[in-house]
Amino acid sequence: MYVARMSIAVAAILLVSAGCSSSPRTVRAASLRPAKERKKAPDFELKDANGQTVHLSDYRGKVVLLDFWATWCGPCKVEIPWFEEFERQNKDKGFAVIGVAMDDDGWDAVKPFAKERGINYRLVLGNDQVADLYGGLDALPTTLLIDRGGNIAAVHIGLSGKSEFEDGIQELLNAPSGISVPAVLVRAE
Amino acid sequence: MTLGAGYHVNSNAPHEAYLIPLKLSWTAAPLDVAAVTYPKPTDETYPFSPDQPLSVYTGNFDIATKFKVPADATGGLMVLDGKLRYQACNNTMCFPPNTVEIKLPVEVR
Repeated sequence: MYVARMSIAVAAILLVSAGCSSSPRTVRAASLRPAKERKKAPDFELKDANGQTVHLSDYRGKVVLLDFWATWCGPCKVEIPWFEEFERQNKDKGFAVIGVAMDDDGWDAVKPFAKERGINYRLVLGNDQVADLYGGLDALPTTLLIDRGGNIAAVHIGLSGKSEFEDGIQELLNAPSGISVPAVLVRAE
Repeated sequence: MTLGAGYHVNSNAPHEAYLIPLKLSWTAAPLDVAAVTYPKPTDETYPFSPDQPLSVYTGNFDIATKFKVPADATGGLMVLDGKLRYQACNNTMCFPPNTVEIKLPVEVR
């Protein structure tokens, strides 16, 4: 009987397979896209912590901050207190935060984390399908600002600055709703 | 393993339970895995975790595996199957956990 000692050297595969370049990616902090250039945010059907079904389309008419995150993502957790503040300050103005948790361990990981942090906005559990709808989600956090018409106004990949979100949210809240209402004809009596 | 500048992976023993550890595992039959030895990690502080250093690996490092050959093992060429699971981040973003399949050719004499 003998013992063989093997060393393993795996060269430069990790970051290639993770889709990373050889230098750190910089955060893309996008300003709001002009209204005419915004594309519709893909609708989804996911479950929240209470087992209720959530559709993005349920939020039509509201400004939505849609945050893809995970409990294992350090940069994601920096942004959570900001989003809690945004929710608190703007929920009565037609605004909502939806946190889409991309944890493979599901609610077993997310619920204790959310309870510990006292997260005050709606959390849903993501899956591969919603990730595909939103371009594959190469990195977290990926955060979108969605206007009242359900269109993507901004995409932030990676840790962004708080003011970038704040400014975008206020601009969207102050913008005309852009939701057309059928004209009502009233016959004069 | 080689990580590009600016990237890190959690070590095999992160300080916090919710972090995904680096893990090398083997389906090594007919050999036995005697030990998987990870290098010593470093504690690093990042802008997104200024108060809590993370136990990480960066740059170049090796993970060593010691295999044991059972007395009744048949000699010859064989390929051992391994899996390396990791989760990488840089200063501003994190990448989904990934598992890489490893094929290690060995000869038992």
